[in-house]
Amino acid sequence: MALLTVKNLTKSFGGLTAVADVNMTIEEGELVGLIGPNGAGKTTLFNLLTGVYVPTHGKVILNTHGKEREIQGKKPYDICGEGIARTFQNIRLFKELSVLDNVRIAMHQRVNYTMLPGAFFHTPKYMREEERMIKEAEELLDIFQLSHKKNEKAKNLPYGEQRHLEIVRAMATKPDLLLLDEPAAGMNPNETAALTETIAQLRRDFGLTILLIEHDMSLVMKVCERIYVLNYGQMLAHGVPEEIQNNAQVIEAYLGGER
Amino acid sequence: MNLKQERKRNTILTLVLALGSFLIIQGLMMAGLIRSYQMVTISTICINIILAAGLNLVTGFTGQFSLGHAGFMAIGAYTCAVFIQRDASLLSFALGVLAGAVFAAVCGVLIGIPTLRLKGDYLAIATLGFAEIIRIFAQNLTITGGAAGLSNIPKFTNWPMLWAFTVATLLLIISFIHSSHGRACIAIREDEIAAESMGINTTKYKVMAFAIGAFFAGIGGALYASTFYILKPTTFGFMKSIDILMIVVLGGMGSMTGTVIAAAVLAIITMLLQSFSELRMVLYAVMLVAIMLFRPQGLMGDRELAVPAFLKKRQKKTPEAK
Repeated sequence: MALLTVKNLTKSFGGLTAVADVNMTIEEGELVGLIGPNGAGKTTLFNLLTGVYVPTHGKVILNTHGKEREIQGKKPYDICGEGIARTFQNIRLFKELSVLDNVRIAMHQRVNYTMLPGAFFHTPKYMREEERMIKEAEELLDIFQLSHKKNEKAKNLPYGEQRHLEIVRAMATKPDLLLLDEPAAGMNPNETAALTETIAQLRRDFGLTILLIEHDMSLVMKVCERIYVLNYGQMLAHGVPEEIQNNAQVIEAYLGGER
Repeated sequence: MNLKQERKRNTILTLVLALGSFLIIQGLMMAGLIRSYQMVTISTICINIILAAGLNLVTGFTGQFSLGHAGFMAIGAYTCAVFIQRDASLLSFALGVLAGAVFAAVCGVLIGIPTLRLKGDYLAIATLGFAEIIRIFAQNLTITGGAAGLSNIPKFTNWPMLWAFTVATLLLIISFIHSSHGRACIAIREDEIAAESMGINTTKYKVMAFAIGAFFAGIGGALYASTFYILKPTTFGFMKSIDILMIVVLGGMGSMTGTVIAAAVLAIITMLLQSFSELRMVLYAVMLVAIMLFRPQGLMGDRELAVPAFLKKRQKKTPEAK
């Protein structure tokens, strides 16, 4: 059974159906792209998968560590606990906090000391856990060469590094499935190339499964094994990059067809 | 610099500040410079620090705007007063403080669960309504002495005790902020949606921060009851919540150092203005407006007093291992 199975997922906002009857499967270890014109419902789909929105109907089935369970309609923090982490299209870092704190916050759900006595009295267990968290956070920050900036406020990082930090923060929750919402938005071609490289590396090193939304076709066509295309909330097509590039419906959706 | 060294240095700094404050005031008392009149101000400062530290956790760190802190203070004050009026012993006082704090925290959870789904102004109004309910209860119950309140409450507090409670409150809350649970609270203030997506149960931590804030408000109230002999429902009105909020905002939301400084500054200003009777509140208000105009982020912003820079420099000269 696939790692993630989406069945007939639908979300309506009043009269508007933002995501209609979407079906999708992601196998373990895959890197899948999700593309579509602006307003196609890509981010809404992400929000449904991560619990920010509750679906109108349909199912999301996650299958990791030999357990299969339905996760639609669960709270975002529970879904995070189930092993799905995400980044945001419009960066949502904890701006006033240090880079290190941003990463440590994402580790909270696995922290191994309790509020009483650990948090209030800084017991030896607290010290051990905090030291472990700092070490692990630094290791994750090293992936993007950010660990020397660990004490800077997140808002003071350059734009590209803020995007990187979002990925590091999502990685700190130890996900099985990582959802990236336009990771290369606003980056120049060199930065995008470097990011492409890092995403591939993340996948190799951590055995991650990745679903990414992206408008930059050079990135999508290069790294994604399979691509899903959304248009007006409906799944227009899916297949390997070559198929998608030559799909008449997709071309029409992006460029406008002949009438 | 690793965590242990940092902790060690912070512990030393804390000890120096805590003992220093105690010795300075003790010295001034022995020199006869602080008399019972000024002692009232010092007691007020201690109690206000305890109250405002709790509120700062809720409003400054967790970002939940609460106008109901006087309600929790009232719960602690009346609970403790009832205890020590029945039985004027130190044990009964200790139990009274504990019971007041726990009772306030329980109310904090009960109030927090329904109201904390509200945001900003709506939450402020809901908490304000709650504090008014507590006040009306105090005004109408027999056990709280009705509108006349309670008087002749035995005094158990003294300067060293108030100092100890203040230092303990600050240490506990600061420790909490520097824990993973405290960071979870701060994450809620920074971005609720992101916090939730990173695995933080936002409702749980909001209620928790609210309960901890209420717990310390209960302690502050209990100490208030025993320090000032009388309790009246009017003491715990809307203005009391505003007073505490003012300390937090003035000191800087999210700065415990700021809270301590603001509590002291405001109490001293009030004391110095006693001789201007009618003009007092006008001058007080003008000063507040001025501070907010020139330092809208509060006296300390969200910074804390840290180890002085020259000590840090010396540390840097020894190259780090990494």
